[in-house]
Amino acid sequence: MKIDVLYFAWIRERIGEPRERIDTGASTVRGLVNQLIARDERYAAALSDLSAIRVAADQVLVDFDHELEHVREVAFFPPMTGG
Amino acid sequence: MLIRIQPEPFDLGALLNGFGAGAGAVVTFSGLVRDDTGTMQALELEHYPGMTEKAVAAIGARASDRWNLTDLAVIHRYGRLSVGEAIMCVATAARHRAEAFEAAEYLMDYLKSRAPFWKREIGADGPGAWVVAKDADEDALSRWD
Repeated sequence: MKIDVLYFAWIRERIGEPRERIDTGASTVRGLVNQLIARDERYAAALSDLSAIRVAADQVLVDFDHELEHVREVAFFPPMTGG
Repeated sequence: MLIRIQPEPFDLGALLNGFGAGAGAVVTFSGLVRDDTGTMQALELEHYPGMTEKAVAAIGARASDRWNLTDLAVIHRYGRLSVGEAIMCVATAARHRAEAFEAAEYLMDYLKSRAPFWKREIGADGPGAWVVAKDADEDALSRWD
């Protein structure tokens, strides 16, 4: 299953890419995070502390147990600072 | 309901021309770039194109349902904004002022913590620290439960 994965703000900077296509067998967002962290240091630096990260699946905020079936786009970003 | 996510400046006066026709009360709020440290030149706002529009529209729709607003507008900018420039504004129109004030506060609380924008300070030497979300902003949402 291929998913578009997007990164924003300091997470984007640590990983060094704004987006990429990931082939994953993970069933949940948490599984996808673990797969990414295992890739290399950049992902570990960006995604290890889940309390500092928010996640959206197909542009809707979800939690880390959200299932990835039928999801096409996952985004990782810090807590938002709008307004 | 008017929702605009744009890099360009906006004209609040033009927005309010004809806004909320038939309402008894119109409330507006504008957020400006503030320099707390004395070293900041600008803010850089990053956002999530696609999700931003959806999230702001959903926040607006919930406010409209809850307060029976006759009109509502949100304009939120992104990109590099100098100190003193307007970042965003909300406008609400309702029959009575309490509804218009409350709805505007609700919109601001949710835009702060649930609209996918990220601010970064730009100093004389270039990009500086990312603005960290405040616990108080997250806590503010609970008053609307």
